[in-house]
Amino acid sequence: MSKLYTFLKYFFITFWTVFVVAPFLWAVSTSFKDFQSVNSKVTYIPWLDFEPTLEGWRVLIKSPAKGGVDIVEPYFNSIFVTCTASLISIVLGTLAAYALSRFTFKAGFVRNNDITFFFISQRIMPPIVLSIPFFIFLSTIGLLDSLLGLVVVYIVLLMPIAVWIMVDFFNRVPKELDETALIDGCNPYQAFYKVVLPNSIPGLIVAGMFCIIFGWIDFFFAFILTFTEVQLLPVKVVALNSSITPWWSLSASALVSVAPLIIVAFIVERYLSKGNLSGALK
Amino acid sequence: MNLIGEKISYKPDEQFHLNDVSFNFKKGNLYTILGRTLSGKTTLLKTIAGLLNPDQGSISFEEKDFIKIPVWERNVAMVYQQFINYPHLNVYENITFPLEQRKLSPEQIKKDVDEALKTVGLVGFENRKIQELSGGQQQRVALARSLAKKAKILLLDEPLVNLDYKLREQLREEFKRIFSEGLSQDTILIYSTTDPQEVMELNGEVIVLDEGKVLQKGPAKEIFENPSNLKVAEISNDPPMNVLKGSKNSKNLNFENISLEIPNHFKNLEDKDYNFGIRASEIKLDENGEEFEIELAEISGSETLLHLKRGNSKIIALIEEVMNFKIHEKVKINFNANKFYAFGEDEKLVSSPYGGTNG
Repeated sequence: MSKLYTFLKYFFITFWTVFVVAPFLWAVSTSFKDFQSVNSKVTYIPWLDFEPTLEGWRVLIKSPAKGGVDIVEPYFNSIFVTCTASLISIVLGTLAAYALSRFTFKAGFVRNNDITFFFISQRIMPPIVLSIPFFIFLSTIGLLDSLLGLVVVYIVLLMPIAVWIMVDFFNRVPKELDETALIDGCNPYQAFYKVVLPNSIPGLIVAGMFCIIFGWIDFFFAFILTFTEVQLLPVKVVALNSSITPWWSLSASALVSVAPLIIVAFIVERYLSKGNLSGALK
Repeated sequence: MNLIGEKISYKPDEQFHLNDVSFNFKKGNLYTILGRTLSGKTTLLKTIAGLLNPDQGSISFEEKDFIKIPVWERNVAMVYQQFINYPHLNVYENITFPLEQRKLSPEQIKKDVDEALKTVGLVGFENRKIQELSGGQQQRVALARSLAKKAKILLLDEPLVNLDYKLREQLREEFKRIFSEGLSQDTILIYSTTDPQEVMELNGEVIVLDEGKVLQKGPAKEIFENPSNLKVAEISNDPPMNVLKGSKNSKNLNFENISLEIPNHFKNLEDKDYNFGIRASEIKLDENGEEFEIELAEISGSETLLHLKRGNSKIIALIEEVMNFKIHEKVKINFNANKFYAFGEDEKLVSSPYGGTNG
């Protein structure tokens, strides 16, 4: 029985690993090909199957005047917008979540749960519903096609995620912990940042990770709310596609696009695998 | 210079959590609050700590209006029934936390913390993480943090209830020692519990609380000997005091077709109907006694609790040995008539074997 279990376990782990990693390897291989290597026959291994070239990668940093598509600037734009919006969302979202978790709000028939639901309901709506209001809003305040405008829109998109995750997290931190901090001489602000916050690091990491992922992969709003001045990475990558699909540079740009997420995942994985998520508080 | 509460009421919803509670706690004394779960014990302690503001009434301490002082300036200490410590700090940092908050000198902090660690028996555990400790040790850390603060008011909210039986017995013994040697004469100690045995062992002044109301105040011995009414008799005994509806005439006590000779302390009692109270420990197995039917037999430690029934009366007898009984079997028991209490039909104490007749 246990032998069969072990076998099945490793079988599925192997299967899943291949399933996940194979496309990456395929993309890595393709990014070093040229038109001929892609279109002649199925090839896998550089030097053995085909002659590798760096052309797919060079295109990404060449200026358009020299026939390239410069993704360096969109890349840093994406990093700036994602990080700024995530950071602000986490700070505001955590404060909002703490208030929603600890204090009782009453306004007519509205209670804490309704406010929490209001936040998450922003994510229930299909993005297309929000696109026109966002467009009019940004054009009215003159932030269309600007980094600041994108940051504002992404905060609207990311903060509900931060609130949702952190409310759930704070609800699992016993209220008696805050009370003990108050009794031990902390005022409510000190109780929050000296006691509650240090015990919420796993929650903050998870919320931060989700914000970064959702901010980084957004294509829709980046596409609608920008034109020529500012471009974000996902839009630029899609723009690579012309009459001839350049599989080599598409693969290369896809790899550099997911690289930051992979790095974040590896950093966060240390915290998750330590069991810090559930073990910090009981 | 006392901690005085006057007519405190707290009613956050339909029900009173505290209903017209008054107290006068003196420094250097131990007070126990006895009550069942949800009787308002925790609410009362939180009100004293300042975590809750009462709807009505006043609290003053050292002649100052306590309600106007925020929690973090009150200099109280509190130990919860859940083991509440700061999970991100180790044992030593947990205990220094309130002291650093008050900006004491490092030498003073070290001295106070070492002393507290010694008192609770956690020397050598300074660098342990909280999660690595057992429940009993976690509660010791919480207690050490409270002691190190040298707060003028120390609140303990059912500190032993979440511990297993053995540890509870052991910590209870230690508490008695800690309270007698580890506290200054400047401290008011308030200890809440559901366990009558803890109240008797700690032997302080007792407040019996039920549904937010104070039922009786007095020394532990007085509560035990002369519970002012049936409710108190029930709450302050474990198992609860047995109640038998019956009557007294010139010759006998009668209940459930049983006649007992009138004990001496009932001689002057009016002839009428009463609620007779008798503790489980005052009922013995006796070949020549009265017949009862066994409903349930529980063995706890070295004792057996017999749940018995006769007519409309259900009683519990505490047999001080481990015996096996069959359910629905008949047993014969005898009551120690000299230990009968008489409560009037209004449930107030009329006569007690210890001479109390406070109505």
